[in-house]
Amino acid sequence: MDKVMSNKYVIALYVLPALLLILAIIYVPIVLTGYYGLTEWNGIGAMKFTGFDNYARVLQDNAFWQSAGHSLLLAVFSAVSLFGYLLVALVLSGKVKGANTFRKIYLIPMLLSSVAIAQLWLKVYHPTNGVLNSFLESLGFSNPPAWLAETSLVLGALFIPILWQYAGFYILIYYAALKNIPASLEEAAKIDGANAWQIAFRIKLPLIMEVIKVTIVLAVVGSLKYFDLIYVMTDGGPNGASEVMASYMYHQAFRGFDFGFGSAVGFVLLLICLIITWIIRKLTESKDTIQYS
Amino acid sequence: MTKKTVTSMLLLMLALTVVLAGCGGKSNDGGQAAGGNENAADSGSKVTINFMHLWPAGSSAQQNKLVNDIIAEYQNEHPNVTVKQEILENEQYKNKLKVISASNQLPDVGVTWAAGFLEPYAKGNLFAPLDDLLSGDLNGQFVSGTTEAYAIDKKTYALPIELNISPIYYNKAIFEKYNLEVPQTYDQFLQVVQTLTENGVAPIALGNKDRWTGSLWYMYMADRLGGADTLKNAINRTGTFEDPSLIQGAAEIQKLVDMNAFNKGFNGLSNDEGKSEFMNEQAAMYMMGTWELPNFTTNPDIPQEFKDKVGFFKFPSVEGGKGDINSWVGGPGVGLFVAENSKVKDEAKAFVNYFVQKWGEKSVVDAGVIPATKVDTAKVELPQLYIDLLNELNNASNLTLFADVQLKPDAAQTHLNMIQALFGKAVTPEEFAKKHEEAIAEGN
Repeated sequence: MDKVMSNKYVIALYVLPALLLILAIIYVPIVLTGYYGLTEWNGIGAMKFTGFDNYARVLQDNAFWQSAGHSLLLAVFSAVSLFGYLLVALVLSGKVKGANTFRKIYLIPMLLSSVAIAQLWLKVYHPTNGVLNSFLESLGFSNPPAWLAETSLVLGALFIPILWQYAGFYILIYYAALKNIPASLEEAAKIDGANAWQIAFRIKLPLIMEVIKVTIVLAVVGSLKYFDLIYVMTDGGPNGASEVMASYMYHQAFRGFDFGFGSAVGFVLLLICLIITWIIRKLTESKDTIQYS
Repeated sequence: MTKKTVTSMLLLMLALTVVLAGCGGKSNDGGQAAGGNENAADSGSKVTINFMHLWPAGSSAQQNKLVNDIIAEYQNEHPNVTVKQEILENEQYKNKLKVISASNQLPDVGVTWAAGFLEPYAKGNLFAPLDDLLSGDLNGQFVSGTTEAYAIDKKTYALPIELNISPIYYNKAIFEKYNLEVPQTYDQFLQVVQTLTENGVAPIALGNKDRWTGSLWYMYMADRLGGADTLKNAINRTGTFEDPSLIQGAAEIQKLVDMNAFNKGFNGLSNDEGKSEFMNEQAAMYMMGTWELPNFTTNPDIPQEFKDKVGFFKFPSVEGGKGDINSWVGGPGVGLFVAENSKVKDEAKAFVNYFVQKWGEKSVVDAGVIPATKVDTAKVELPQLYIDLLNELNNASNLTLFADVQLKPDAAQTHLNMIQALFGKAVTPEEFAKKHEEAIAEGN
């Protein structure tokens, strides 16, 4: 086997099919999207090359920056909520009774499809028959708000199911990472007189730091390109109050038949994701990774 | 080891070949569909017309059967003609039409939508003008205002076979309970709204997340205040959205919102959710297209006692307004086109001519679809709600096409977003008008 693998041609042959597919399905379309952004195109008919007009329009478009602001807000909330997930995972990975059951309970939202979650929460938020408002009314609030129809509330009302949806995923990642830490380290620390708090924050957290970094990137980038629940639950409304970058791109390209502009928005979205990922990597960079084994 | 490598390589190549073959299959289909008319070109006697439509036997059983009946009759009367069908679901149909039009392989006869959808095809000379049919034996058969929706630069590129108008449906039982009469004037209508809100009943069911639902209300308001042409002119740029009557129309909408005329949280509800308020008898009125009629008449899934309670009325006239109570907001649904480069164009046109007439005679009874041609209600047996509406339709003085269909896609989005903002009181009527002006000016 080693002999085969030392042959460069063989390596190339093994790598090639996947590489070709990735190029054809992901990288070529990315480049094409960037190119479409340079044209005026309605999806059928001829493309008209207009240079950087569309990109200039994106940068001056208030509606785009408003939606970008919403996406960033979601990214911040997602990143902050990671801390909560980490705490839950720390507790679960300790010797808690029923930890296994809890882990499964947290994971269930992850198994539902986004559209099912959206339908579920639409029912929860329904202004007159919804669970939430019925509950509030039973508590004595006479006129609870219509959560998805108020421009000031809709974004918050959407963030809750979005965070809820992914909670289980991150808890599971943290849980797995924490379980990977050799028990001998914890025992050694105990013998040296460390308390539970110190074990968690001085030993366990530094050891899973790489995982935490990855989840921050995942959460932030996932939030920036977030689309599904918002599309189903509010469609960016009312009046653009819950529009995010991806839904804005969709509306421009597929509703307004402005594929040129939509592509430009998509490409800017990609650039924003890349830049922010790079910034996060820079901020969380550490000279040497800690290893105790 | 090397042998194993070779084997896996071969397997991989096989897999790739299968994938590629899968991709190739589709384009073959398109080729066959277009190839069918070649044998028609040389022999004058045997003719094949390719007809692509969107009524599969599964999801649109009644329409599918009707199409087959009409084709069978036509082939009986014209033994030299064979009509070959190609059937796709709605969304697939739209996509396929786009793709095959790019390679100039359109079927001889096909289905299209009005105005904005049709425009690129008409401008690209892909569809044949059908005005000669309109001046032939179809003359005067269409409800006024329907064929215009398919006209680009004074040429008609498709003939409509469906028509929808939007009455206000109301719950007779709720009206009776509060001693309400069907309103004839807008003041009476406001009275009805007032009484219902005082009694804790939501007057109007509306799901404005979809936005075109609210647009219907605005369009009627604009029509009744400014007359049939003001809005049309504003859209085709001979007029303006800053016309006083259009601004007043927007202001009236906000007055209705202030009166709590619409169910709670309407801007966050989809049309289906809005509709369910009416179906559950929590709201008294609901404005929607006639495509909802089966739900109020023939649909076996809906309890008869509810269906018996549903009536409709026309949007009331406004005192001092220029609009006519017999003017409707609505629009033709799909229409039939003939491909410009069809090799059997004359035969295809004759078939469309025949199809439109037969469809007009049968569609409402057989499939519950209101045709764009006039229906003689004395000759057909239908639920009363249908008969009443068809009679109204024959008296229609004007038909204003749904604004989001009339407008170019870009401007239509602005219109719809502005509608939601107007209902949500995020813009003033003046800003509402100004944004429309900007969006439409940009598109031209």
